[in-house]
Amino acid sequence: MIVGIPKEVTVNEKRVACTPSEARRISGLGYAVLIETGAGESAGFSDPEYAKAGAEVCPDARSLWDRSDIVCKIQPPGMHPEMDCHESTRIRDGKTLICLYEPAQREEMTAEIAGTGGTVLALDAIPRISRAQKMDVLSSMANIAGYRAVLEAGNHFGRFFTGQITAAGKIAPAKVLVIGAGVAGLSAIGAAVSLGAIVRAFDTRPEVKDQIESMNAEFLDLEFEEEGGGQGGYAKVMSDAFIEAEMALFAEQAREVDIIITTALIPGRPAPKLITAEMVRSMRTGSVIVDLAAQQGGNCELTVPDEVVCENGVTIIGYTDLTSRMANQASTLYAANIFHLLSDLTPGKDGNLVLDLEDDIVRGSAVVKRGEILWPPPPIEPTAAAPAPAPEPSVAEGAVEPPRNRTLSTLIGLGMGTALILAVGSVAPASFMTHFTVFVLACFIGWQVIWNVTPALHTPLMSVTNAISGIILIGAMLQVDASSQLAVWLAIVAVTLASINVAGGFLVTQRMLRMFRKE
Amino acid sequence: MVHQGVITAAYIVASILFILSLGGLSHQESARRGNLFGMIGMAIAIVATAFNDNIESYVYILIPMLVGGAVGAWRASRVQMTQMPELVALLHSFVGLAAVLVGFSSYLGSEGLFSGAEKVVHEVEIYLGILIGAVTFTGSVIAFGKLQGFITSRPIMLPGRHWVNLAGLLVCIWYGYEFLQADSISYGMIALMIMTAIALLFGIHMVVAIGGADMPVVISMLNSYSGWAAAATGFMLSNDLLIVTGALVGSSGAILSYIMCRAMNRKFISVIMGGFGGQSVSSAATDASQGTAVGISLDECGAALNNIDSLVIVPGYGMAVAHAQHAVYELTRRLREKGVNVRFAIHPVAGRMPGHMNVLLAEARVPYDIVLEMDEIQEDLPDTDMVMVIGANDIVNPSAIEDPEGPIAGMPVIEAWNAREVVVLKRSMASGYAGVENPLFFKPNTKMLFGDARDSIEGLIAHLM
Repeated sequence: MIVGIPKEVTVNEKRVACTPSEARRISGLGYAVLIETGAGESAGFSDPEYAKAGAEVCPDARSLWDRSDIVCKIQPPGMHPEMDCHESTRIRDGKTLICLYEPAQREEMTAEIAGTGGTVLALDAIPRISRAQKMDVLSSMANIAGYRAVLEAGNHFGRFFTGQITAAGKIAPAKVLVIGAGVAGLSAIGAAVSLGAIVRAFDTRPEVKDQIESMNAEFLDLEFEEEGGGQGGYAKVMSDAFIEAEMALFAEQAREVDIIITTALIPGRPAPKLITAEMVRSMRTGSVIVDLAAQQGGNCELTVPDEVVCENGVTIIGYTDLTSRMANQASTLYAANIFHLLSDLTPGKDGNLVLDLEDDIVRGSAVVKRGEILWPPPPIEPTAAAPAPAPEPSVAEGAVEPPRNRTLSTLIGLGMGTALILAVGSVAPASFMTHFTVFVLACFIGWQVIWNVTPALHTPLMSVTNAISGIILIGAMLQVDASSQLAVWLAIVAVTLASINVAGGFLVTQRMLRMFRKE
Repeated sequence: MVHQGVITAAYIVASILFILSLGGLSHQESARRGNLFGMIGMAIAIVATAFNDNIESYVYILIPMLVGGAVGAWRASRVQMTQMPELVALLHSFVGLAAVLVGFSSYLGSEGLFSGAEKVVHEVEIYLGILIGAVTFTGSVIAFGKLQGFITSRPIMLPGRHWVNLAGLLVCIWYGYEFLQADSISYGMIALMIMTAIALLFGIHMVVAIGGADMPVVISMLNSYSGWAAAATGFMLSNDLLIVTGALVGSSGAILSYIMCRAMNRKFISVIMGGFGGQSVSSAATDASQGTAVGISLDECGAALNNIDSLVIVPGYGMAVAHAQHAVYELTRRLREKGVNVRFAIHPVAGRMPGHMNVLLAEARVPYDIVLEMDEIQEDLPDTDMVMVIGANDIVNPSAIEDPEGPIAGMPVIEAWNAREVVVLKRSMASGYAGVENPLFFKPNTKMLFGDARDSIEGLIAHLM
């Protein structure tokens, strides 16, 4: 089958759905890759690079859409200026479209595509199960958006992120507040921390606290009991009292921090308004707000989508195309996600797309399959999403016995040992008991000495015990003058064997110990 | 002739030197001196014994000693470090066989020397000495065969094997009674030979039923047996030096077995009963919700290595099989020159015998101060950029913690998955010796680098900048 990559037609969309290196890997799955001329140009990938990677460069959009069996793009179908028709009308019988389709907002288009017998896979509807992480475009893009948000903020912020002490004086580090610690938020935290800023973060889900702290940022605690985790790892709508406490926290933080990056989204709802106009006014002049929720209306009351506005000396950035502003990186990750999806859907590596509706990934992302509307998918059980509560206590129970029991069992052991020795002593001759004393004491010495051996030297320990157990040699020596001829020969063989042990054991130990060296 | 008291004094010195030799192993720096003490002790013991009044045929001693010594020295200088478990198993078998031979020899030469209770005690000692020696001998030979690959490392189990063993034990006790009642050497020999045959079969039967993953326990256990065999010989010959040395070796092996069992969270008895490992065990962790393992190419992995500050390498038996330790050291050296903090995490049962990995890494000149034990490095793993697992499987298996019903539940494991990134070098997706699926391979931060470990690592070195 032919995989086609058209040039994006949406204004300001600089990304491309496939890079030359992923084109090569997709070819490896048995597909032929067709790319519209100039498709990768704005992301920094030229036609010759694609051609070199084995893709065919197609001169115009019309023939690309005609020839391709599978079209991979980024934006949902839109009006195509060159072809002078809507892209969705090109997805005819047997063709498959893979893109960020946003199916919930496109029911009419879905019905039209279904009428022509086409197939649509919505990348944004792939369920967020662990198996699907490698094809999770939303995470890839959120990661980039978070990173870029910090760079955009830095661009409008007139100061260093990092604190410095220079000959001319001290520079205080920038203070950054990140609201919402999803993928984008965590990425922003990482970028801001690595630039040297002091970063604080807030999220309604207390379980992300560890993640925030692991990135050397401070988790702002509300000290308010309410579970904020919704289905699929997203946040849910919180109670009024919670929101009140939250707003008080933001108002307090707004007066302190230099940069606010908001990433709060609740699926299927307009973005919550978290930063009021009043809070913006309370911020220091020169501060910056980057609103990653601008497309859904913004987390800040003053955000204007796709624009940078300045209010009372505070810059508010409402770009909705942050990923496109890092087109090369975004395309690379997007293309890798596409490859992983195709790889999963091509079990035979023979260039044939197989859509198995039993598969959660296919079921979730398939909006239309050969004219049959499958949206919305049934909810899936979160199999791998919730990590099992740490079973550490049970491990600890197994490993460490309560000390009292231990003393008791030692006492019982000692008692039984004493009884056994007494029983032996009551019947054995005196000469045996002297040897027995030696034996028991030697066992105890061995016990004490061996516990001190470092585990790294356990192999030399075994070889040296091999050598010294060759002491049986002296037992054999004492037998070579026995009265019986057979006994003598047996002793001679035993001397030989024991000598192998003595020489072999000591020498190999020496060889090994020589190899252990320090820096 | 030398006074008997002088010989005994020499034996005391030799015993002390042996204890010091084991004590020296508490640290790498004192270990070489310890080994020297051991050699001196052995020399003193042999020379002192040679002055014994009863010994006259020095030719019969010198020639076999020279032959045996030469063979031993030759093997010791040639053996590869990856083959150490085999060598150790072989040496155990020699001690076992020597104990059997000395036992027979002692019985044949004992006619008329003892009477009454002393005779009974002496014969019980001979009987036990030969029994333990025979089990050690065949057990070690089978362990050697399993390690060499002559014999499958899967457990081989006869139907009703516990009953077979019990029957063997009863027959041995019965013939022990017969042996004590025997009024002539030739009649006693029959009982002794039958018991020896049963003990030899028992040694085979016991080790054959134990799977490859339990080899560290088996080797330590046989180490212990070889010590008890020497101690029993000491009792039979009334020789305190043999008793002391045998007891030292015996308790050393017992402690090692205990440490190995604890590292696998298994009961010693259940290891000895055998039958673990080999079969694929289907556990709750194997269903499809696991997801797929994501492969990584040499290029990608090499690029990732260029971007890390800390690396922890977890070696396993696969590293020994691929003879990859020298390549691993080269990788370590190059990364450390770049300032990467490279360390090694060693699980107690990594490899086929206690301390196997340490010896291999030492052979490859890896400094021992960056080779750490599991417990020493565990808490550093969450701050580590990358963990590289080379030919290890069960010792990094998260189901030991996450799947309380699984066959390896509760085994302490190296928690590799806590690192930011995990790369697993592996030949294929086959499961480990315990036959348990490894969910580590399906973790989102794990990548699989398939292929021969040595080739992969050499490839990675080529990608370093």
